[in-house]
Amino acid sequence: MKDFANLKRNLKKDASALKPIKVALLGDTATQFLAKAIQGAGYEYGYNLQLWEADFNQIERQVADPSSELHEYGAEVIIIFQSAHKLLGKYNKFKANHTAFAADELNGIKALYDTLASVDPKVKLIYYNYTEIDDNVFGNYANKVTSSFLFQLRKLNVLLMEHAADVPNFHICDISSVQNLVGKAAFFQPSVYINSEMILSIEVLAPIAYKTLGIISALQGKFNKCVILDLDNTTWGGIIGDDGIENIQIGALGIGKAFSEFQYWVKKLKNRGIIVAVCSKNTESVAMEPFQNHPDMVLKMEDIAVFVANWENKVDNIRKIQGILNIGFDSMVFLDDNPFERNMVRENIPQLTVPELPEDPAEYLEYLYTLNLFETVSFTEDDAARTKQYQVEAQRVTLFEKFTNEDDFLQNLDMVSVVEPFTKFNTPRVAQLSQRSNQFNLRTVRYTEADLETLAASPDHFTFSFTLEDKFGNNGLICVLILQQQSAEALFIDTWLMSCRVLKRGMENFTLNTIANFAQQKGYKYLKGEYLATPKNGMVADHYSKLGFEPDGDHWLLNLAQYQNKKSFIDKK
Amino acid sequence: MERQQIIAQVTDIFRDVLDNDDITLTDATTARDVDDWDSLNHIQLVVGIEKHFKIRFAAKEIHSWQNIGELVDSVAAKI
Repeated sequence: MKDFANLKRNLKKDASALKPIKVALLGDTATQFLAKAIQGAGYEYGYNLQLWEADFNQIERQVADPSSELHEYGAEVIIIFQSAHKLLGKYNKFKANHTAFAADELNGIKALYDTLASVDPKVKLIYYNYTEIDDNVFGNYANKVTSSFLFQLRKLNVLLMEHAADVPNFHICDISSVQNLVGKAAFFQPSVYINSEMILSIEVLAPIAYKTLGIISALQGKFNKCVILDLDNTTWGGIIGDDGIENIQIGALGIGKAFSEFQYWVKKLKNRGIIVAVCSKNTESVAMEPFQNHPDMVLKMEDIAVFVANWENKVDNIRKIQGILNIGFDSMVFLDDNPFERNMVRENIPQLTVPELPEDPAEYLEYLYTLNLFETVSFTEDDAARTKQYQVEAQRVTLFEKFTNEDDFLQNLDMVSVVEPFTKFNTPRVAQLSQRSNQFNLRTVRYTEADLETLAASPDHFTFSFTLEDKFGNNGLICVLILQQQSAEALFIDTWLMSCRVLKRGMENFTLNTIANFAQQKGYKYLKGEYLATPKNGMVADHYSKLGFEPDGDHWLLNLAQYQNKKSFIDKK
Repeated sequence: MERQQIIAQVTDIFRDVLDNDDITLTDATTARDVDDWDSLNHIQLVVGIEKHFKIRFAAKEIHSWQNIGELVDSVAAKI
């Protein structure tokens, strides 16, 4: 993290090539330095952060007046910083019963947001929460007095969290936690406040600016999705290859505690939807043993999406992990106790985040807490499920690598497919695929749900939908076929489309077997196919010739009398 | 610490904070003589000096100095 002086220097650099973001900052204390720090941090995050700063103490006027500079500026992100200091001033002058103070303040804040959202429904608000001031009017007893300032301040922070939980575009920048980290004496310098009306010390400008940018950056879709762990002396104490499973340090005793607590932290990340991968210089079976058999290990094999343990260099292994997960290096964090490995990885993959872990494992967690590595702006139950999907794909790739022969791999997947005509249950998904599939789509005829219902009822059409499930998971409905009777002998393939998620599983063969057998039973002699080229469907240009259809003018014919089922590793469910 | 040493170190802080290596300070130097030494940057300079010499100025002192000489006097009295 750069300090304020260095962030300020960024303002002199040319940011014109970076992605522009318009941000507005409004405060009830002087914010000139904070504005500079945020702009400078914006540059660090790779943005051309254009900041409009309201004059001091103009929040209500700028928000309420529809013709104000704020509304004219049209910021995507609006930051509002109302300080605990000014809150105390309001509390001092509050006329009603002080027990109602926090609720009253919250109403004011809600009103600010509602007004902003009524002007621009897409605007994102970042609201700074309140740092604690204990005026010690009651001493500890303030905790038992609902009207005390300390009670009302803490209550307001909780009310803000509850409000933010309900309003997706209302974000809280937790500067209270910054004060907890650095201490109030470092956070607030009375002499600076007296002379400048600035509430933040020079020292905390950078941490607060970075914390703010964490949210802004996550709002832009940029955040870390994966943590890659080294094992020896990072995930557990000691060296598994030398010390053996009974001697590595983990559990309730001594330094083992530090590693256990570290693992609990990683486990919580995993449960939140962060992908956990392992990259270790070890023999694979040796490296896996603690995950499988050590009673004190918090992390288990099922928590790890990709497990890479070998004697190759870590740069190559991390590239391999990236390839399997198919996410950007700039969304991955690598944790390793060894400075040599860290530097090598840093030099070769500069986009990767590689924290400089402290030498003492006892300090790992406290250090990692300060970095705010896993900022996000959303959390749904689906996030955890998405991790599962990455894990499933990683397992498939890992399995694929074990087989030299593709057929053995496919056989080993235990694939099954549900084949059904269009029904009222699957029609929405079929329509979605019809609208979205561009690549594996032979004729790219788009059908709506209503169209599909008509086709399903038509005596001249036969409809097919396919799902695909394997031992790792269910891909759902991924393939659609529509056959149209053209004569007593020929069925025309009006639609053949498939989701690219299931390429290279032999789904094409299975699909053809299904419709060819169907056509044979119905007494048809030919299947007739057509490929209509689009800018995006080049991958299926040779589809019919690969499957053994014969060219016939602009069309392709398959003679059903000679048809023999193609090799397929998918069973009908 | 000698006054000259203090001035030299304060000069370094000025150069760093104002990002200008051409700054030279003497006892007689005032804010008018140095580019960018405005009231806002003054705060950053003062905090930089406090941090460097591990001292704290009283709120009133911060805007009391007429020139560098008086600032250095304040520093010298505290270390």
